[in-house]
Amino acid sequence: MAFVRRFLSRPTTLFGLAVFLLIVAIALGAPLLFSRGPFSIVGMPLLPPGAPGLLAGSDVLGRDMAVGLAYGARISLLVGIASTVCAAGIGVLLGAVAGYYGGWVDDLLMRVTEFFQIIPSFVLLMVLVAFMQPSLTSTVIGIALVTWPQVARVVRGEFLSLKTREFVQAARVLGMRDSAIIATQILPNALPPIVVVSSMMVGSAILTESALSFLGLGDPNLLSWGSMIGGSRSAMWVAWWTSVLPGLCIVVTVLALNFIGDGLNDALNPRGRC
Amino acid sequence: MPLVSIQGLTVSLPPGADRPLATEDVSLEIGRKDIVCIVGESGSGKSVTAHAIMGLLPRGVTATRGSIQFDGVDLLQLPPDAMRRRRGRDIGMIFQDPMAALNPVIPIGRQISEHIRAHQAMSEGQALKQARSLLGEMGLKTVSLKAYPHQLSGGQRQRVMIAMALSLSPKLLIADEPTTALDVTTQAQILKLIKRLQAEREMSVLLITHDFGVVADMADSVAVMRHGQIVESGATRTVLGNPSHAYTRTLIAAVPRGESRLPPLAETRPLVQVKGLTKRFSRGGLFSRMPAIVALDDISLSLSRGETLGVVGESGSGKSTLARCVIRLLDPDAGEVRLDEADIAHMREAALRPLRRRIQMVFQDPFSSLNPRQTVGDILIAGPKAHGEDVRQARKRAADMLDLVGLKPEALHRLPHEFSGGQRQRIGLARALMLKPDVLIADEPVSALDVTVQAQVLKLLDDVRRQMNLAMLFITHDMRVAAEICHRVLVMRHGRIVEQGSTREVFAAPSSDYTKALLAAIPGRPVQ
Repeated sequence: MAFVRRFLSRPTTLFGLAVFLLIVAIALGAPLLFSRGPFSIVGMPLLPPGAPGLLAGSDVLGRDMAVGLAYGARISLLVGIASTVCAAGIGVLLGAVAGYYGGWVDDLLMRVTEFFQIIPSFVLLMVLVAFMQPSLTSTVIGIALVTWPQVARVVRGEFLSLKTREFVQAARVLGMRDSAIIATQILPNALPPIVVVSSMMVGSAILTESALSFLGLGDPNLLSWGSMIGGSRSAMWVAWWTSVLPGLCIVVTVLALNFIGDGLNDALNPRGRC
Repeated sequence: MPLVSIQGLTVSLPPGADRPLATEDVSLEIGRKDIVCIVGESGSGKSVTAHAIMGLLPRGVTATRGSIQFDGVDLLQLPPDAMRRRRGRDIGMIFQDPMAALNPVIPIGRQISEHIRAHQAMSEGQALKQARSLLGEMGLKTVSLKAYPHQLSGGQRQRVMIAMALSLSPKLLIADEPTTALDVTTQAQILKLIKRLQAEREMSVLLITHDFGVVADMADSVAVMRHGQIVESGATRTVLGNPSHAYTRTLIAAVPRGESRLPPLAETRPLVQVKGLTKRFSRGGLFSRMPAIVALDDISLSLSRGETLGVVGESGSGKSTLARCVIRLLDPDAGEVRLDEADIAHMREAALRPLRRRIQMVFQDPFSSLNPRQTVGDILIAGPKAHGEDVRQARKRAADMLDLVGLKPEALHRLPHEFSGGQRQRIGLARALMLKPDVLIADEPVSALDVTVQAQVLKLLDDVRRQMNLAMLFITHDMRVAAEICHRVLVMRHGRIVEQGSTREVFAAPSSDYTKALLAAIPGRPVQ
């Protein structure tokens, strides 16, 4: 297919895709790769990478860093994807309704959207998560609640331009219901930008989750890359690997997702490329 | 010696284009003080030929063989810098869309003066003075040099473009479809202006057009192009009066003659009755109030089964608004639209929905009127599905419907982009007919099509109207097209009906001055 060929034509996209699939494989395979869980203590604290049996060294409590990084990938990917799916769901729904109906419906929904956009989003997120009690669910819901306006804006813009196209008017003339017109006529044509925005949002959601966990607002029963960095703050100067390795994981994952997003953008909008 | 002599010009397209050559072995002469027309359908290579003379071929498109002698110099051999100096000074060019060719954020006076100063050492003041006198020559005495393009009408913009193209007194003016985007009365004025300027300035003109009417009015000699080749060329009178090539004959035969063909029908009980229909568009927002634009002002009409009523008018006349109010894509402010007994003008959408199947529409733009992501089959069954028809039954009917509009049943599984403009209009018609409507509204259904395709689609519409006993409301800006297909016509201007009557009467003895002006502006009337 022409789309797949265009998508895979850029080396950065291929790199991003390969790295992302590797991380997914590690995250899914973590229980098979390691016999112990991420919280079990295996030896002396702050052993450097390469110490016997410890590929990535141990942390301040003597836990195996490699196990922690693998299990951390599960949390990061889960939060990134789940919160993006929720945000995209809210954004598509509200953006579609606002763009299609216009008028006062549009005004109302856009004022709500702006309300979320003008508040410093990280502060709002911290308040939300603290209010709901830190947990995986509250993190996902919190991130979704502060990021959906991006999607809503993009979807609204697409709907505003697509609804004036003659094939949409033709659908109205045929007597199709608004819900059917939105779902079968307009939405499929608005998908490319939604896919691109969403792929970028997964990366930023992973970053946000790390920041929350770093501040101790993540799920206390789960180990994530952010909480690993947070927990190793005090040892940063004596044991660099405790903070640098999870940090690298975050950088590489987000970079890979951004490469994929760029590739999707080029493949889906071939004319936008100069 | 002719001013321009093109010998064996072959222009190749980049690999992956739909054909290897844009033009093949094109030879053409433009005599001094001559108007030469290149006429052809889309994709014939007529624009590429013009752009090759200007040295403005798009990247990847190159002249691989032949020569273009201009005043004894081969333009194809000139280095880019020398060519740039000749553009504008020796050869001026105007385009189809003056809005796209003018810079929207710079006043027109400065655009003209900068053009002059790019080629001649001259002060800003002098150049502006020259711009002023040029605009005067174009009949724009009252237009300010400080006006921006969006403040002008389409015709005025094209005059500004001509002023700019002629500011350096070029020996050759190339006009690429200069009037295609304009109303018919404006088109007539612009063509007259070009002809006057050509005589006064003793220049040569190369006019690219798809319209044989324009050729008949303007050209000293004409070249007919098809698939990148010149199939026939010669003096206009010979080519139009006694065409030797079969393709030329087909093209000329496809041009509607502007003579009424259908007699009015006997009076019957009308199916659609519109009374006092009014529509205003308000302008301005929360803080500014501007007077509303009255797009429809007290329009009344009636339409019977088996009858085609043409609504003709120029842009802004309200004809499309009328179509959209009748079919309730727009909500009228006042008046009624009766379909049999029911008044659908103010019906709520939920109550209207079951009635929608009785009144269907064919749209203007063959490229935006079909959903690019649905197969033709899905497009055709969308309507029946919305009205609760069984999907399998609808699919079966869709195949028959394609046959009726002259397409093969394999088309069901293909996507719209695989079809040509004319085929897409057929698909759009099939979509409307799938609901077995009583009324068909056609909004400029052939204005985006080449003339031969236009003739085929018009014939199809007329056949379908006859077979299904449809009442058809046919919106068009083209009097010739209206004459071809309508029993009655209704002439609109500024939201009002200026004149209505049987096509025969209106064309033979128009009663209003506006209709007379519209008829007089038809290019090349009579064509032969």
